[in-house]
Amino acid sequence: MIEFIVTQWWLVAIVIASLIPLAMRFVSGGLLETLRTLDRRWIFLLLLWSVLIPIYFIGVTGRTFPEVPSVLARATFDEIDRLSPGDSVLMAFDYDPASEGELGPMATAFVRHAAEKKLKMYFMTLWPIGPQMIDSTIAKVITADFPELAYGRDYVNLGYKSGYEAVIKVIVTNLRELYTTDSRGTGVQEIPMMEGITNIQQMKLIVNVSAGYPGTKEWVQYAVTPFPQVRLVAGATGVQAPLLYPYVPRQLPGLLGAIKGAAEYEKLVVDAYLGANPHPKYLEALRRMGPQLVAHLLIIALIVVANVVFVIDSRGKKR
Amino acid sequence: MRRENAVWIALLLVGAAALLWRSAFTTEGMGREYVRAVPVANGQWTQYDPATYSDYQRAEAAAPGQAEYQFSLPRTLGLWLAAFFTLAIFSFLFGDNPIYKVAEAVLVGVSAAYWMVIGFWDVLVPNLVGKIWPAVVQAWAMPGLSGPEAEPSPSYIVALVLSVMLLWRLAPKGGWIARWPLAFIIGTTAGLRLIGFLHGDFLVQIRNTILPLAVIEGGVFDPWASVQNVLIVVSVLCCLVYFFFSFEHKGVVGATAKVGIWILMITFGAAFGYTVMGRIALLAIRLEFLLDDWLWLIDPTGRRMAALLTGGGLG
Repeated sequence: MIEFIVTQWWLVAIVIASLIPLAMRFVSGGLLETLRTLDRRWIFLLLLWSVLIPIYFIGVTGRTFPEVPSVLARATFDEIDRLSPGDSVLMAFDYDPASEGELGPMATAFVRHAAEKKLKMYFMTLWPIGPQMIDSTIAKVITADFPELAYGRDYVNLGYKSGYEAVIKVIVTNLRELYTTDSRGTGVQEIPMMEGITNIQQMKLIVNVSAGYPGTKEWVQYAVTPFPQVRLVAGATGVQAPLLYPYVPRQLPGLLGAIKGAAEYEKLVVDAYLGANPHPKYLEALRRMGPQLVAHLLIIALIVVANVVFVIDSRGKKR
Repeated sequence: MRRENAVWIALLLVGAAALLWRSAFTTEGMGREYVRAVPVANGQWTQYDPATYSDYQRAEAAAPGQAEYQFSLPRTLGLWLAAFFTLAIFSFLFGDNPIYKVAEAVLVGVSAAYWMVIGFWDVLVPNLVGKIWPAVVQAWAMPGLSGPEAEPSPSYIVALVLSVMLLWRLAPKGGWIARWPLAFIIGTTAGLRLIGFLHGDFLVQIRNTILPLAVIEGGVFDPWASVQNVLIVVSVLCCLVYFFFSFEHKGVVGATAKVGIWILMITFGAAFGYTVMGRIALLAIRLEFLLDDWLWLIDPTGRRMAALLTGGGLG
C-alpha cells in the first residue's frame, strides 16, 4: 500500500486537492452546519473517488479481494458441472451494454465453464443489442482460448428474435417455427449441432443472463413452470435479483445476484479449472468487488451521518 | 464570468493539456486501437479483427514494418467518441449543460435508428415477408433459408393484413381500423401474461410456501433448514395479513400486520442494497473503461504488457 502511495503520488495529490475546499468549509462553517447544507455534488465526488481509487489500485497491483462462494453460487456451478461432455445448453443472453458491468463477467464465466465441460452451446437473445454481447463473449472466451471448438459443431449463435415472452412460449415447443437461420444467415438444417433439435425442452440446461424484461422471470414463467423438466440457472442484475429469489430453488435451482454473485461464481470456475494464475479477463467480477467494498463503506457512513444529523436536528426542534 | 464557470474552464483546459501531453509526448501514449488484418476468401477481401497493443508490439519486434497488425483509425475514433460521451453523460451530475444534451440527443437518435433497422431485418424480413414469400427473401436477403422452413405459410397473410390495419392510424380517415389489430395485440398479450403469472407466480408460489416446518434429512433434524422454512412461512403469512383489509388492524391482526410491515421493509432494504450494488458496478465499468481502454493508466488484463507492482491476491 505504501509503495502504491509513493509511486502514484500524483493521484493522491489530485484526490487531496479536490477535497481541500470541502475541508475548508468544515473548518469555517462548522461540522453540523456544513453537513446540513452539504451540496450533493460533494457526495458524487466522494463516490467517484471511492470507486476510482480501488479500480486504480487493483488495476496497478493486480490484487483482488478474497471471495467465499455462497450456497446459490455453488448450486449454479453444480448445475453446469454435473453435465456430461456433449450435453446441450441454451445460453440465453438477455442483456445489453447498459448492464455489461454486472453481467459481462457472469457471461464470460458461464461460457468458460461450459467450454471446459465440452458442452454444446446454443446462444440466443431476446434483447436487440444482445447479439453484440454474444459475439463479444464468444470472441473473448471461445475464439481466444478454445480455438478447437468449431462453429456449428460445438456452438451456434441463433441471434436475436423479437417477441419478448412469446418467443419463449413458441420455442419451448417448436424452435424451428421462429429460428429458420442462425445469426449469420445459415439455414438451421445446414448446422450439424441443430440436427434433431426441435424445441428447447431438449436442452439439458438453460443458462440465462438477464438484465430485465424479457429475462429470467419470463423464462421461469413460460419455459420452466409449464415444463418442470426444463432446468434453468440465471445470472441477474442487482435490481432484478430480489424479485427472483421466490423462484429458488424449485423453479430456479441456481441464481447469481449482481456483481457479488458473479464474483462468487468466477471464484468457483477459477478454482476448479483455471489454476493458480488465471488470465485476468476471468477475474473481472473479483476485481470489481474492490470498488464495491469501499463505495459501500462510504454509503453506510453517509447514511449513518445523515441520520445522526437528522436526530440532532429533531431533538433541537422538540426543545 | 461566474467564479464557478471560471474554475470549470480552468479544469477543462488543464485536463485537455494533460490529454495532449499523454497522447503525444509520452512513450506509452494512450487511446489507440489496433486490429489484425486477416485475408478472407483467398485474399478477395480483408477482415479486421480486434487486436491489442501487445499483439502489435510483439509482431513489430518479430518483423518490423509488418502489415498483419495495424493501428486502426476508425476504432480509435470510436474509442475517443465513447470516452467523450461517457464524460458528457457524467457531466449531468454537476448540472444540466449543453454537452450532456448533445450526448442525450445522440443516444436517443442512435437508439431509434438501431431499433428501426433491427425491426426491419430481424422482424419484418424473416418473420413476415420470409413466411409469406420465402423464395423472394431467400433470393434477396436470406440465402440460408431453405428446407421445410422455406415453405410458404399462408396463415401469415392474416398478420400482414393486421399490420396494414395497424398502420391505418397514419391515414387521415378511418383511424378506427387500427383499433382491431390493437385489440388483438392487447387481448393476446393479456391472455399470455395472465396465464404466465397465474401459473408461474400465483399457483407455484403457493406450492413453494408449503414447506415442512421441521426438516429431517436422513433421520437427522436439521435446525438451520427448519428455521429457514419457519421464517418463510411466517413472513408470507404476516405480509398477507398486512394486505388483508376486511378486518381492522387491531389486536392480533394488528400485531401480525406490523410484523408484516417490518418484513416488507427488510425486503425493500435488501432490494435497495442490491440496487446500490448494481449501480456501483455500472459506475465501475465506465471508470475502468476510462482508465484502461482510453487513458492507458491501468492494464488489468495485460493488453499492453504493463508491469505489475506486485502479483497475487490479498487473500
